[in-house]
Amino acid sequence: MTALLEVRDLCTQFSTLDGVVRAVDGVSFDVARGETLGIVGESGCGKSVTALSILRLIPPETGRIASGSIHFEGNDLATLGEREMKRLRGHRISMIFQEPMTSLNPVLTVGTQIAENVVRHLDVSWKQARERAREMLDLVRIADSRRRIDEYPHQLSGGMRQRVMIAMALSCDPQVLIADEPTTALDVTIQAQILDLMLELKEKTGTAIVLITHDLGVVAETAERVVVMYAGRKVEEAPVDALFERPLHPYTRGLMAAIPRLDVDAESDGRRPRLQEIPGLVPRLTQPIVGCAFASRCGLATDRCRTTAPPVVDAGGGHTVACWEARP
Amino acid sequence: MSVLEVSDLVKHFPIYGGLLQRQVGAVRAVDCVSFTIARGETLGLVGESGCGKSTIGKTVLKLMEPTSGKIVLGGTDITALKPAAMWPHRKRIQTIFQDPYSSMNPRLSAGTIVGEPLENFGIAKGRERDERVARLFERVGLRPDAMRKYAHEFSGGQRQRLGIAKALSVSPDVIVADEPVSALDVSVQAQVLNLLIDLQEELGLAYLFISHDLAVMRHISHRIAVMYLGRIVELTDKRTLFSTPLHPYTEALLSAATAPDPKRRRKRRATVQGDVPSPANPPPGCHFHTRCPYAKAECKVTSPPLREVAPGHHVACLLR
Repeated sequence: MTALLEVRDLCTQFSTLDGVVRAVDGVSFDVARGETLGIVGESGCGKSVTALSILRLIPPETGRIASGSIHFEGNDLATLGEREMKRLRGHRISMIFQEPMTSLNPVLTVGTQIAENVVRHLDVSWKQARERAREMLDLVRIADSRRRIDEYPHQLSGGMRQRVMIAMALSCDPQVLIADEPTTALDVTIQAQILDLMLELKEKTGTAIVLITHDLGVVAETAERVVVMYAGRKVEEAPVDALFERPLHPYTRGLMAAIPRLDVDAESDGRRPRLQEIPGLVPRLTQPIVGCAFASRCGLATDRCRTTAPPVVDAGGGHTVACWEARP
Repeated sequence: MSVLEVSDLVKHFPIYGGLLQRQVGAVRAVDCVSFTIARGETLGLVGESGCGKSTIGKTVLKLMEPTSGKIVLGGTDITALKPAAMWPHRKRIQTIFQDPYSSMNPRLSAGTIVGEPLENFGIAKGRERDERVARLFERVGLRPDAMRKYAHEFSGGQRQRLGIAKALSVSPDVIVADEPVSALDVSVQAQVLNLLIDLQEELGLAYLFISHDLAVMRHISHRIAVMYLGRIVELTDKRTLFSTPLHPYTEALLSAATAPDPKRRRKRRATVQGDVPSPANPPPGCHFHTRCPYAKAECKVTSPPLREVAPGHHVACLLR
């Protein structure tokens, strides 16, 4: 099966006063039709910049896609003209963000904002677009959509605003929905509702989801395949069950040992266990990283790790890892 | 023996409206809350936004005056103390914030920031202060030569260490920690949680630990109070809370939480629908009845008291 979206050797850089920041440094992955791909990593690992690069939303004053390609429906989004990109955004590829209030226009009703997107991309009248907006509000299960369609964002709760964002993103039946930390700002009971809704809509519409998050719990419960990023690079990729059962990269293992567990009672002798710490800090991205980006914090690192970047090794079953020392 | 005893604590924020800006209502942020914390113990306060957990923290610290109720700190009733009378007691209760950076003067060196309470309380100054600060830096895992650096030169995790060092500087009995690891990446979060546990075991500190994260709560707390719209709905030791939760809201929180285990995904369901009602206009009876899957007619009229249903296990629900 051919991939719907193919990202190859993507490098995105920003010019800052401290020098060139290599925010994304040679990342490749595929998104298949109708699948949920999780991209996970800590702050500054390049996961959001990867998403913004796919939609070509990198601010041109400071940032640029330095190299690589993003193939989607016969086009290379890395080099496509801005006019063509405008036709794709919100239509073939959509995005939702962490804080819906900052992406919604406070002076327009939610119905107008959804209909605007529909009229822009599809050949329909305003009346039809408004009807579509109402259908979408029903689809994301906003009760009383006939009244809500004429309300302003501030009249809605945080969870409802995120539902409106999802309604808007899906209003033109996109092939890919990129969700950047869509539930991070929400309370846990609301987060559960929104995650359930996203998965249900994916089944219904067949839209592929790229879910970007720092939360391993969210990834475990929603993604089918996972890409783990560190310092602008992909360090591991695997089907979700394989990743959590048998993480191979020392960074992935470190992350999993560092999180307090909700589901395991580790306190057998009445003492609180220590969490495993990952020593040290993420390397600066303003200097080129020689060797493996994780080498300075890794317990297994050898001289080879510090001098030569590890190749991506196939561990079988769609599980790949970029590490010299990992034993598949 | 408990170092902090809070009984029937109430904090209302008035709402003004109309032409004459008269009081037209009140946000009942904290609605009759009682708990105690013993030396060396962590009591976790967990709940979603607007449940009043942070307001409890601020009121206990006397950064806000309670509307009514009683706060006893180490045997002294501090509820009605005016700022001057409160001053000597402030040493005994300190706080750690979610974002320590916003409470640090960018023009002062880290050593000055951490040493400030020592001077303010007349504990140490000059060389003695510097020596104490250097020891505090070492204790929280910072190099003493970092005392000369400024707050912006530290990473997020290191700033939280500075915040902890500052809170420790006056040797408090109680630390109110309000979401102290929520802004940190997981690898750094682990470092800070380990440090907090080590310090507690070494110094016998009592923590009032406020968080929305159930996994963090399970890790650090001894007992946990679950809050909903200003009230404690369940309070028990953590093992009981996670193995046999009794309040429907606790049940909902636990089933809504995500865990890093793909096998759990088929089990998790959003068991409660809808949003949290406004604390300015909470539903009558049990606050949770509008979202509770088990609610009966009586729940809409009768407010359930917090009852002890098993030793140490308190629940506010008419049905359990």
